[in-house]
Amino acid sequence: MKENTTILRVENLHVFYGGIHALKGISLEVQAGKIVALIGANGAGKSTALRTISGLVRPREGMVRFLDQDITGEASHRVVELGVVMVPEGRKIFPNLTVMENLFLGGYTRRDLEGIKKDLEWIFTLFPRLQERTWQKGGTLSGGEQQMLAVARALMSRPRLLMMDEPSLGLAPLLVREIFHIIEALNQQGVTILLIEQNAKAALEVAHYGYVLETGKIALQGEGKQLLSDERVRKAYLGED
Amino acid sequence: MFTRETRELLFTFVLFVLLMVGVWLAQRYLNAYLVRIFNTACIYVIAAVAYNLVNGITGQFSLGPNGFMAIGGYTVALLMLPVVQKQEVYFLQPLIWPFNSFSFPPALFIFALLLGGLLAAGGAILIGFPTLRLRGDYLAIATFGFGEIIIVLANNLIPLTNGALGIKGIPEYTNLWWTVNWAFWTVFLVKNLVNSSFGRALKAIREDEVAAEAMGINLFRHKLLAFALSAFFAGVAGGLFVTLISTISPTLFTFSMTFNLLIIIVLGGLGSITGSTITAVLFAFLQELLREVEAPHVIGSWTFPGIPGMRMVVFSAILVILMIFYRRGLFGRQELSWQHVSRILWWGKRAHGGQS
Ligand SMILES: Nc1ncnc2c1ncn2[C@@H]1O[C@H](COP(=O)(O)OP(=O)(O)OP(=O)(O)O)[C@@H](O)[C@H]1O
Ligand SMILES: [Mg+2]
Repeated sequence: MKENTTILRVENLHVFYGGIHALKGISLEVQAGKIVALIGANGAGKSTALRTISGLVRPREGMVRFLDQDITGEASHRVVELGVVMVPEGRKIFPNLTVMENLFLGGYTRRDLEGIKKDLEWIFTLFPRLQERTWQKGGTLSGGEQQMLAVARALMSRPRLLMMDEPSLGLAPLLVREIFHIIEALNQQGVTILLIEQNAKAALEVAHYGYVLETGKIALQGEGKQLLSDERVRKAYLGED
Repeated sequence: MFTRETRELLFTFVLFVLLMVGVWLAQRYLNAYLVRIFNTACIYVIAAVAYNLVNGITGQFSLGPNGFMAIGGYTVALLMLPVVQKQEVYFLQPLIWPFNSFSFPPALFIFALLLGGLLAAGGAILIGFPTLRLRGDYLAIATFGFGEIIIVLANNLIPLTNGALGIKGIPEYTNLWWTVNWAFWTVFLVKNLVNSSFGRALKAIREDEVAAEAMGINLFRHKLLAFALSAFFAGVAGGLFVTLISTISPTLFTFSMTFNLLIIIVLGGLGSITGSTITAVLFAFLQELLREVEAPHVIGSWTFPGIPGMRMVVFSAILVILMIFYRRGLFGRQELSWQHVSRILWWGKRAHGGQS
């Protein structure tokens, strides 16, 4: 894919939960091969944005385009088939299924057995810990291992766009570093990533571009480094005065 | 020597042959009473394993099997009852065309069963279509209502069902060959389905619907397929049952049938096919034992009157006790696989070798 091709384009998205106006006309773009971060406080609407792109929530207004297709309000299994895959908030691995079953479910929309086997090997080089635990039930993994499983599972679908909802949530600092290393490594292998984070500093350090969401609106946007040095961002999200 | 797959297939084949030899022996040497209990047990196995596919594997709460069994039962009764017999049975109101003018010859019994299953699956699609898109317990309410409606229809569509009088004199085609084969193939099919990628998706739906959706699983389609397949086997079980006891009436497939099946699958462990199979057989025998409790007894000069309805009390008590102390049922979600069996055999051989 060419550099600077926009693969995801979100325009003027409005989402309501009953009477709650959760997204008030947000627009954003993700370019091929990049890491784009979406940061914001609790309840700003970050997860809602991902859920809407994935087709789990329908927008009242606005448009989502992936490559050349309008996927606004498309069924989520169709969106996954197109290659837009989410690591949901709170991991949501399948606790009573084995690590292997979880991984196979990640590749559910694929039919190329050979490719699936190859990707399994690739994933086990990325996450050697998972390889030691293929027969363990997902629910018995540690929190960090569960997060790795969630990422690995999403990778099994060979995503063209990987969307991660707070992958570092609840992890010890050392594991947070590991997860962000993996995110960068994935990106270097060509995976495009849309990353949601509370951990604004870590996210903006790895992101090429970033958006700041405030109560349903995009308040700021810019290159990752640029946002990191922005005074408002520093005050509100990095806890500095 | 062999790959795991061929070895397991071989095991399955051996089990099948043993079962068939067992049936042959049973037909020759077992008394009619025991044969009948075994027949009932197999029918429970079919219905319970099918029910477990929806409630245990896919994690949807259906209360429908009695309705589906009734559809299968009436279909098979109408197709298999000889025309002469039909004229005798329907004396209140004559049976409507075309059923009054034909009946299947015995050789077509299998097709009657398949048709009964297909019609039941059709019924499942009818209720599944509007309710399986919704989250939550709509399915339970809708399937419960469906079962009740089927019974009301059975009571009132007199030219079709003969109403409350029911249909008597259905030829007793069902024997151990039929029931054991259907039970075997039902378990075989459901087990293989559960271990396939489709079955993995069903389990994923049970575990977490949102995550399953995020994997690209079409929730509605998977639920509907599982539900229809389950209803198909319930319909077949209903058809086998009426050709076993040779009669059907609206009281045969009331909600208590669903309740029995629910006890079986919960006791066996929701999601465990092995569990459903074993508890279904135990249930059929226990039910017969408890029949004794309900019958009057004479001990010396004392006559104890029977206590009707005692069976249900005992079953409910067992259910309550097991749910308190054994919440996940006898098997939880575990399965007895050929791997387990071969491990046991292997250990047995080793132990034996050590002794000699
Ligand atoms: N299913 C729902 N029904 C009603 N309101 C909802 C629902 N989901 C989210 N909301 C509301 O929409 C707003 C945005 O929620 P969202 O989950 O998108 O926030 P977020 O930015 O992901 O927050 P966090 O960082 O805490 O995960 C919140 O006010 C939330 O209460
Ligand atoms: Mg969130």
